[in-house]
Amino acid sequence: MAYQMHFGPVLDRAPEFVDGTINTILLSGQGIVIGLAIGLAVAIIRVEGPRWLDRIAVAYIEIIRNTPLLVQVFLFFFGLPYIGLRLSADTSAIIAISFNLGAYSAEIFRAGFLAIPKSQIEAGLALGLTRLQTIRYVVIVPALKVVFPALTGQLTLTLLGSSVVCAISASELTLAASKVESLTFRSLETFLVAGAIYVTLTFVFRFTYWLISLWLFHRKDPARFQIAGALPHGQERVEA
Amino acid sequence: MPAVQLNNIKKCYGALCVLDGINLSVEPRDVVAVIGQSGSGKSTMLRCINGLEQIQGGSIDIVGHRIEPGTHSLRSLRKEVGMVFQSYNLFPHLNVAENIMLAPRVVKNVPKPEAWETAQMVLKQVGLADKVGAYPDELSGGQQQRVAIARSLAMKPKVMLFDEVTSALDPQLTGEVLKTIAELAAAGMTMILVTHEMGFARQVANRTVFMYKGQIWEEGRSEDLFSAPKTPELRSFIAPNLK
Ligand SMILES: Nc1ncnc2c1ncn2[C@@H]1O[C@H](COP(=O)(O)OP(=O)(O)OP(=O)(O)O)[C@@H](O)[C@H]1O
Ligand SMILES: [Mg+2]
Repeated sequence: MAYQMHFGPVLDRAPEFVDGTINTILLSGQGIVIGLAIGLAVAIIRVEGPRWLDRIAVAYIEIIRNTPLLVQVFLFFFGLPYIGLRLSADTSAIIAISFNLGAYSAEIFRAGFLAIPKSQIEAGLALGLTRLQTIRYVVIVPALKVVFPALTGQLTLTLLGSSVVCAISASELTLAASKVESLTFRSLETFLVAGAIYVTLTFVFRFTYWLISLWLFHRKDPARFQIAGALPHGQERVEA
Repeated sequence: MPAVQLNNIKKCYGALCVLDGINLSVEPRDVVAVIGQSGSGKSTMLRCINGLEQIQGGSIDIVGHRIEPGTHSLRSLRKEVGMVFQSYNLFPHLNVAENIMLAPRVVKNVPKPEAWETAQMVLKQVGLADKVGAYPDELSGGQQQRVAIARSLAMKPKVMLFDEVTSALDPQLTGEVLKTIAELAAAGMTMILVTHEMGFARQVANRTVFMYKGQIWEEGRSEDLFSAPKTPELRSFIAPNLK
């Protein structure tokens, strides 16, 4: 005998889903921004930093990559109060997700840096740039281009992985879905809806990364560049 | 006062001394060609002169800066010493203008309009004014190398170092790059150029240095060096190049 699906009671709880979705976007969005910043800094330390700092970076990466995200979330949530930091579940969740992504993305960024030929770095140094300026202006964009697919894959994992923070009752979509389920007793329907929302979110995030990649890696139209560059100083177009 | 002076410099990788007591003095407006077999230490010498490699002994005086073993802050020196590499090393994500403007903007804080003007000037100098918006992979090897030269020139260097800048080019493209270098020489730029183009060395360089096994084996006015080599090593090195 087939199970009769009833989405009605679940869809009546649309406001809960909307709230959950917004919270998941905020949670992952902040986690992604902070996590990437951590990852970039750690990657730079790993390729340029002094040995002792590199050791610390390696330890951080290994610890994060060899423990489950859920355990990290618990450790941040229950552990931080012991060092005097009393944070809400939501804030703890952002911190845990940021540090998790920081470790994974650090290794991805580092792979990108290592893919750039040494001769490019030497060309930057020979022009008088500092090592950090060379990274900033010469290395980062080509390196990002190399690892962009790997990076966006990792970001998708972060978005979906953010669901585990429902374990500490941080507000996000899976927690919202659990509440709807307990109110409606429509488990399958509830999580089908939640799943559909996650799929949609994934597409929206991926579309955003694609837009960012266009902005990062796009090429200026040469003709427009000449005009744009030449006009402000009252010059005609460069003669061919 | 010489623009560049190498005082007994030593550079070793473990037991192998790639530069074994090099003395060289380059006057302002000198064009010095450096020739020698593969592995004789030519590139290493250039790389020591702008601090891409550390020296282990001796010292280098270059346009008012001094490099000794352990010298670290070389940025002020590199602002005044241009280097062009065999493999061009243009930055692929930047177009020609951006490649050229990067160092003046970032290192010297030159305002954008001024950097732009300089970019146009140096591009004209290398004959590529129409390529200002092109990306490196849209240019031929010879054009890329000329842009690399322009990029160095934009920093208004006092000395230019060229490391086999035509070795990756076919003969026709080699010609256009050598023409650019010859024009720089005529304009009075102080240059040290490692080259395998004997004819060019003879023509453009007023002095030529022959390196052999990490030492300067023979040096002198290019004309004399090529027409009357003193050492058997140099004789056998240039013999196949003379028709
Ligand atoms: N990082 C390094 N470690 C060990 N040995 C090196 C290193 N770099 C260069 N060498 C050695 O130093 C010697 C000189 O190298 P260099 O590149 O200066 O020669 P070169 O005269 O420029 O040769 P070519 O004409 O082939 O460019 C070579 O024997 C090379 O093997
Ligand atoms: Mg060489």
